[in-house]
Amino acid sequence: MIRPDAPLLLEICDLHASVDDQPILHGVNLSIRAGEIHAVMGRNGSGKSTLSKVLAGHPAYRVSAGSVLYRGEDLLALDPEQRARRGVFLGFQYPVEIPGVSNLEFLRVATNARRLEQGHEELDTFAFEDLVRERLELVKMDPAFLERSVNEGFSGGEKKRNEILQMALLDPLVAILDETDSGLDIDALRIVAGGVNQLASPDNATLLITHYQRLLDVITPDYVHVMAAGRILRTGGKELALELEDRGYDWVDAELAALAQAPVEVG
Amino acid sequence: MAAPSLSSAVPAAVPTARPAAGAGSSRWGTALLEAVGLGPEAALEPARQRAWRGLAERPLPSRHDEAWRFTDTTAMAAIAPQLLAAGAAGPLALPPAAAGVVRIVLDGGEDPLAGVSLPAGIEAIPAEELEALRLQEAAAAGGGAGWGEPEAGGSWIGLLAAAVAPRLLALRVRGAVAPGLELVSDSGAAAGVLPLRVLLLLEPGAELELLQVHRAAGASLTAVLLEARIGAGAKLRHGLVAQGAAASVLLADLAVRQEPGSEYSFSSAVAGWALSRLQPRVLQGAGAATTRLRALQRCDQRQIADHHSQVRFDGPEGELDQLHKAIAAGAGRSVFNGAVEVPRAAQRTNAVQLSRSLLLSDRARIDTKPQLEIVADDVKCAHGATVTRLQQEELFYLQSRGIDAAAAGTLLLRGFCAEVLRELPAAAAVWQPLAMLLAEEAPRP
Ligand SMILES: Nc1ncnc2c1ncn2[C@@H]1O[C@H](COP(=O)(O)OP(=O)(O)OP(=O)(O)O)[C@@H](O)[C@H]1O
Ligand SMILES: [Mg+2]
Repeated sequence: MIRPDAPLLLEICDLHASVDDQPILHGVNLSIRAGEIHAVMGRNGSGKSTLSKVLAGHPAYRVSAGSVLYRGEDLLALDPEQRARRGVFLGFQYPVEIPGVSNLEFLRVATNARRLEQGHEELDTFAFEDLVRERLELVKMDPAFLERSVNEGFSGGEKKRNEILQMALLDPLVAILDETDSGLDIDALRIVAGGVNQLASPDNATLLITHYQRLLDVITPDYVHVMAAGRILRTGGKELALELEDRGYDWVDAELAALAQAPVEVG
Repeated sequence: MAAPSLSSAVPAAVPTARPAAGAGSSRWGTALLEAVGLGPEAALEPARQRAWRGLAERPLPSRHDEAWRFTDTTAMAAIAPQLLAAGAAGPLALPPAAAGVVRIVLDGGEDPLAGVSLPAGIEAIPAEELEALRLQEAAAAGGGAGWGEPEAGGSWIGLLAAAVAPRLLALRVRGAVAPGLELVSDSGAAAGVLPLRVLLLLEPGAELELLQVHRAAGASLTAVLLEARIGAGAKLRHGLVAQGAAASVLLADLAVRQEPGSEYSFSSAVAGWALSRLQPRVLQGAGAATTRLRALQRCDQRQIADHHSQVRFDGPEGELDQLHKAIAAGAGRSVFNGAVEVPRAAQRTNAVQLSRSLLLSDRARIDTKPQLEIVADDVKCAHGATVTRLQQEELFYLQSRGIDAAAAGTLLLRGFCAEVLRELPAAAAVWQPLAMLLAEEAPRP
């Protein structure tokens, strides 16, 4: 839902970032207002996950230029945990397995960290069990997964559902979902997309990273961005995704070549 | 009338408070023998006499002993070479035993069984019977060191405990014993040596869950020799929780002999000692038994945590499943040496040994060494060792959910510990082994 007067949640301005001294993001610009759903598409290796990791504060990525404001505040100055507590959520493309750490306890500690920041009281184990059981419904997940170690031995699809469960518990203002649709069977895709739709509200925003139109058939994006070589090359409405489905990414090379000829001035 | 308990098999030594007269570390063992105050001529059982002489010849292990190469014994030499007086620890503040667990407190004092009602199926072995048993064993072993006696030149810890422990707790187990058994020693802040000897005889088909707990807060040395014989088809689930302090030393020699068809599992959690050394030594006398070893040790500050295990298969079709875990923080030093001996007679042995260590500081050190001696050709033996740090991706995942770096690190550590802790006998919970492993200075209840 596009409302020009809705508050700006995220403003990414000329963001450059590198990993191991290798530059990967070359000036990303993107603004997201409350209520909006953005889709980011692009070839493998174009920098989509890198953008998501930088926003979440992964220590391996170094920001060399540019800025990110989250609700007007300098997001890059915050530790990863502070970003999460204030409402930035990253659904991982590859959720991490943590042997020996109970999923239920992990979810409770994470939920309480966010709740404290929101000014709510912490939930004890019983109150949390009630909450988590209710949210499990949203992703149709078997409560048995709560008893297991975090993501350990989960199938690809089960890990993605666990990500959405976390999102449902953490109640984020900006949710970045990195290929949450990949590895899901048709039913699971519908369930996960339904969950995302239900969690979307006029007060929050979603950034969907995806390769497939089939996700965007269920979650209608307000904007579609195409990322290439570490920047956003083109932005359009939902029809841009359909066009990509038709034409593929060959046109990207031509535009990148043109850019290389005449670099765009930023600033 | 029950047979007299074996706690009186050996005359109790009178502890003397004489300090070691300028005892250099090489004199430590002999100074201790002098302080204990009985010579080998005294009316001691032959086994103890032999141990006495052995200790007089090998007063203290040093780095020249291959088996102690990585283990600095300075902390040991700093302990007053005298026996800890019974009751010196003062009134003990022990957590109540878990429901259905029978506790025996070992404090070097008179009769550890006084006031204890042993569960049905467990009885103290009378002195005469024990002596007969020993002779049989010695004969079976061809007149050499039989089961239940530390081999000369073998385990120094065994020698130490056998030479100076004033008494022996000897128990026989018949049938499946439902209540768990708990053996507890706590030296408190007292200084000196607390030697403990325990002998367990599991008759064929017997089943027992046993938890050993050792605690110390002062400059004391707890020296344990536990010998167990697990009869055919018998099962022993054995746990050890040991919580020490900056000047305390724990040395434990656990000599286990398994008959065919028996199952032995041992899991341990050790933290906080200036120096700790566990020596589980398992002999599958005729193979065809299963052995499961799980260990977790943490060393912090300048502590040394050492684990020397030895498993020998003297017959075919034995099984071993071993996992050793270590956490090395501060300037701690962790040593693991896992010997597995598979002689020609041990065909179709199946042994797996893994060592996983977590290095939490640049000043900490980990020495881990599998030591496989395989002569038989038709065997499956797998081993592996890893040393890692806390994984950045795991930490970041937790942080990205609002969990701060310190709490995330603790969660990961708990995960690391869980794999071993969940195998401890149920009686271990009241000793809070997890809190012990996570705390830098372990809390004492
Ligand atoms: N930690 C890293 N070390 C080295 N190179 C990296 C690292 N992270 C990302 N890169 C490189 O940066 C580029 C962008 O990777 P990124 O994961 O952001 O792509 P992506 O758009 O998410 O691709 P995909 O669609 O395959 O998920 C790739 O060339 C990748 O190899
Ligand atoms: Mg990616």
